[in-house]
Amino acid sequence: MLKVNNISFGYNSEHGVFKDISLSLKPGEILGLYGKSGIGKTTFAKIIAGYLKPDTGSVVVDGETYPFKRRNPVQLIGQHPENTINPRWQMNQVLGESGVFSDEFLRELGISNEWMHRFPSQLSGGELQRFCLARALVPETKYLIADEMTTMLDAITKAQIWETVLQLIKQRQLGMLVISHEFPLLKRTCHRILDFEDLLGKN
Amino acid sequence: MTELISKYLPLKRSKKRNRRKRALTFSVLGVILLLILVGSGFLIDTQGLVVNFDEANSAPSWSHPFGTDWLGRDMFVRTVKGLSLSFWVGLLAAFISGVIALILSLLLLVNKTLDSLVTGLIDLFLGVPHIVALILISFMLGGGLYGVIIAVALTHWPRLARLLRAEIMQIKNSEYISVSRHMGKSWFWIAQHHILPHLMPQLFIGFILMFPHAILHEASITFLGFGLSSEQPAIGIILSEAMGYLSSGMWWLAVFPGLMLLVMVAVFDSLGRNLRKVFDPFKGQKH
Repeated sequence: MLKVNNISFGYNSEHGVFKDISLSLKPGEILGLYGKSGIGKTTFAKIIAGYLKPDTGSVVVDGETYPFKRRNPVQLIGQHPENTINPRWQMNQVLGESGVFSDEFLRELGISNEWMHRFPSQLSGGELQRFCLARALVPETKYLIADEMTTMLDAITKAQIWETVLQLIKQRQLGMLVISHEFPLLKRTCHRILDFEDLLGKN
Repeated sequence: MTELISKYLPLKRSKKRNRRKRALTFSVLGVILLLILVGSGFLIDTQGLVVNFDEANSAPSWSHPFGTDWLGRDMFVRTVKGLSLSFWVGLLAAFISGVIALILSLLLLVNKTLDSLVTGLIDLFLGVPHIVALILISFMLGGGLYGVIIAVALTHWPRLARLLRAEIMQIKNSEYISVSRHMGKSWFWIAQHHILPHLMPQLFIGFILMFPHAILHEASITFLGFGLSSEQPAIGIILSEAMGYLSSGMWWLAVFPGLMLLVMVAVFDSLGRNLRKVFDPFKGQKH
């Protein structure tokens, strides 16, 4: 169980981004979070994944709190894959940093073998995003936070990737938080949808 | 159409590639020149260093291209030997300095207290006049070859350390480092795999550009009498001894060795600059 208890956060002391937000995510559950742009969704995602520290409140992952000494069981997939990959590494090195992946798994995510010896600057954003997804989906990962994960992809690729991801989520019983401003996508993929504005407005 | 375009839009790309190629050519040329210098320091006949009063104080000629000194020693042999010694002193000192700079800048990753200590140390060293620090350290160690090497090594790292530290600070805050942290990688692992490869070009060029500094400072503290002992064929020794004979018209004692020192330093400097041109427009290592 991933539990977010009453977290508040602000980039400066006068203007908080949000206050007292709580939510919980069960293993195997796909939870959608809908909200307009600029409302603080990405900040919220970063806090859940442990990239930022909330001002108050806590994030409890299966009974533990941040920071972890080991690999984080909550993995974040952001909307700018080109920033999350070392520009001086070839793609096989990028995957190697995370673990060893089977050819079958990589094929499912649509990663071509040809790309392995390329540098990130030689691949498109969508292609890089598949690598980010692959390296996040190691056996230790229990929760996946997808922050506008497929916004930059074309419709066909988007459908392909979601199909694979949803299948994996079901297979491994991962909890997934899908953050998006595309309501139809959330409706199609999630078990339960929360409106970020409702979460904010409760207080 | 293409004619029109090429007429009004001169192709800048090809020119740029040429510049890079030229920089590479210059770098290779510089390396060859330095290799010749160091090699000849090993191979040259040391017969010319023997005292020979028959030929004392002779002006430059075909048999003694740089002339001879008051003891009849061949100045050309002395200069080449001196430069070769300077080269090794510079190499060792610049290498030690580079290692110190790298290690101290990497302490940024360990914790804040250590980092502020390093920053303080950098400010301290940059605050003290360079030559004063050099003289103090060399004098404290009793001069000689080791005194000079250690003094030069201990005073040249702050500039490079500051540069590397800024670079590390920038990489440290990049997203792929946070991702790596959330994969459970230690800072040691990250330093080794993410940061060091990134620093290599900076470190290498910093090292090359430190070289002329080190050589000049070695020569200057030797000149001032705090460095190498007088029986060693160092450029600083040659220059300081020549001072006493300049008024008697023996110009060649100072001019040629001084010129050679200048040439060696200039070669190193251009090597560093050209290598920077080769490395700097870094757009991913494309095939």
